[in-house]
Amino acid sequence: MNQSEHTSKQFDIELEDLRSRVLQMGGLVESQIMTAMEALNIGSEDSVNRVLENEKQVNQCEKDIDDACIHLVARRQPAASDLRLIMGISKVVTDLERIGDEADKIARRARAIYARGVLNIPQTIDIPSTSQKAVLMLRRVLDAMARLDAPEATKIIADDKLIDIEFSAIMRQLITYMMEDPRTITTSLDIVWIAKAIERVGDHSKNIAEQVIYIAMGTDIRHRSDALTS
Amino acid sequence: MNIEIDINKKKKPTPTVQLKICQFHFYYGAFHALKNINMDIYKNHVTAFIGPSGCGKSTLLRTLNRMYSLYPEQRAEGQLLLEGKNILEASVDVNELRSRVGMVFQKPTPFPMSIYDNIAFGVRLHERLSRGLMDERVEWALQRAALWDEVKDKLNQSGMSLSGGQQQRLCIARGIAVKPDILLLDEPTSALDPISTLRIEELISDLKKDFTIVIVTHNMQQAARISDFTAYMYLGEVVEFGETDSIFVQPKKKETEDYITGRFG
Repeated sequence: MNQSEHTSKQFDIELEDLRSRVLQMGGLVESQIMTAMEALNIGSEDSVNRVLENEKQVNQCEKDIDDACIHLVARRQPAASDLRLIMGISKVVTDLERIGDEADKIARRARAIYARGVLNIPQTIDIPSTSQKAVLMLRRVLDAMARLDAPEATKIIADDKLIDIEFSAIMRQLITYMMEDPRTITTSLDIVWIAKAIERVGDHSKNIAEQVIYIAMGTDIRHRSDALTS
Repeated sequence: MNIEIDINKKKKPTPTVQLKICQFHFYYGAFHALKNINMDIYKNHVTAFIGPSGCGKSTLLRTLNRMYSLYPEQRAEGQLLLEGKNILEASVDVNELRSRVGMVFQKPTPFPMSIYDNIAFGVRLHERLSRGLMDERVEWALQRAALWDEVKDKLNQSGMSLSGGQQQRLCIARGIAVKPDILLLDEPTSALDPISTLRIEELISDLKKDFTIVIVTHNMQQAARISDFTAYMYLGEVVEFGETDSIFVQPKKKETEDYITGRFG
C-alpha cells in the first residue's frame, strides 16, 4: 500500500519494525515446515531436533510481537489503516504460531514413524506434493502481507480449497491402504496426523490472507467465502 | 476487486435530523471561508468537526447560532434549516435563536457575578420565573452539568473563584439552563487538564440524552471517544462526513485517512 509518512517519524519507524518482525517470524515458520517435511522425507533426527528447538523461538516471536502491538496502541492511539495493521498483525502472529505448532507435530510424528522402522507407504499418497503447495501458499501470503496486496490474498484464499481436496484424497487412499493391510495402521495414522497438520497450514494461511484484506481494505471477509466469488 | 460489505450487520435506526445544512457558503469579506457545506446534524447525537487549523470548523460552528451577525463584513449564503426553518432569514430573532442553540467557548467565560447569577442571568432574558422556580432551574442546570455537589454550598460566591474545569462546567450549566435544542461546544476542553477534560467528556455523553451536541475539537481521540458522527474539514470544505466508528476505522477518503492517522495536518 502506498502510504505517505507520519508527521511522527518515530511512529513510522515503530510500525515498520513491527511489520518486518512479522515477516521475519513468517520466514522462520516457513522454514520450520520445510525442516519438518525434510524430517519426514529422509528420516533425519537432526531435522526433528532443529524443529523442536526453533519452536521455542516461534513462541517467543508471538509474545514479543503481541507485546509490541499493545505498546503501540497504548502509546500512539492508532486510527484507520494504522489501527487495522496493528490489530491485523496481532491476529496474524497467532496463526503463524499455530503453523509453528503444526511443524512441531509433523516433526514428532516423523520421529515416531522412523523409530518403528522406515517410511513405507505407496507412492500414490503424495504428502510431499501437498506440503509443497501449503508452503507455497504460506510464502505467497507472507509476500501479500508485505505488500498489503488484497487481490493476491483473495487468490490465496481460493487456493486453500485445492489443499483441502488433496487432503480428502490422501485420507481415502490411507483408509484403503489400512484396510488392505492392517499392519500398516500405526504408520498410516501417523501419516493422517501429518496430512491434517499440512491441511491446517493451508487454513492458517487462509486466515492470514483474510487479515491482509482487512488491513488493506477494511473489509472483514471472515466466514464469508461466498463474498469472494462476487 | 469487489467485495460486498457485510449485509448481516444490524442496521441502526436512522436518527432524526435536527439541523440541516444545505449548500452553505460563508464569507469573511472577500474570503470564501466555507464552500458548499451539506450536512445533517442529528438530534440527541454528538457531531464532531475535526480538521487542521484554519479549515473552517470553528467558523461553521459559529454560523449555527449566527454568532457571525455581530460582524457586518461577514455573510452567509445557503440554508441552515433548524427543524425545517431557515435560521439565516432576516426575520429570525437572533436572541431567540441563541436560546435554542447555545454555545460554550474554548476558554471558560464565567460572568463576573455569583455562581447562581451566572446561571440565572440567561434564564431571566427569556423567561420570568418565580424565585422558587429559578432556584429549581439553577439546581437542575448545575446538576446536569455535574457541578452541583461542588458548588451547592457556595452559590453566592463569584463564578470566577472556581477552577478552570469547574468554570467550564459552569458555562455548560449556563448554556443548558435555557433548555436549548442544540449545544455548540468550541474546543471546550483545550484549556483544561486531563481529568477535567474527562469530566466534560463524560458530561457530554450524558447531555446528549436531552440535547443535540456539536463539538469542534483539535483532539482527534476526543472526537473518537465522544462523538457519534464526525465531519473532517479541510480548506473550508467537508471532505468526509459519517459515523465516527467508520471514520476512525475505515475512512473512505485518503485525505481523511492521512489526517486521522497523523500523516498530515
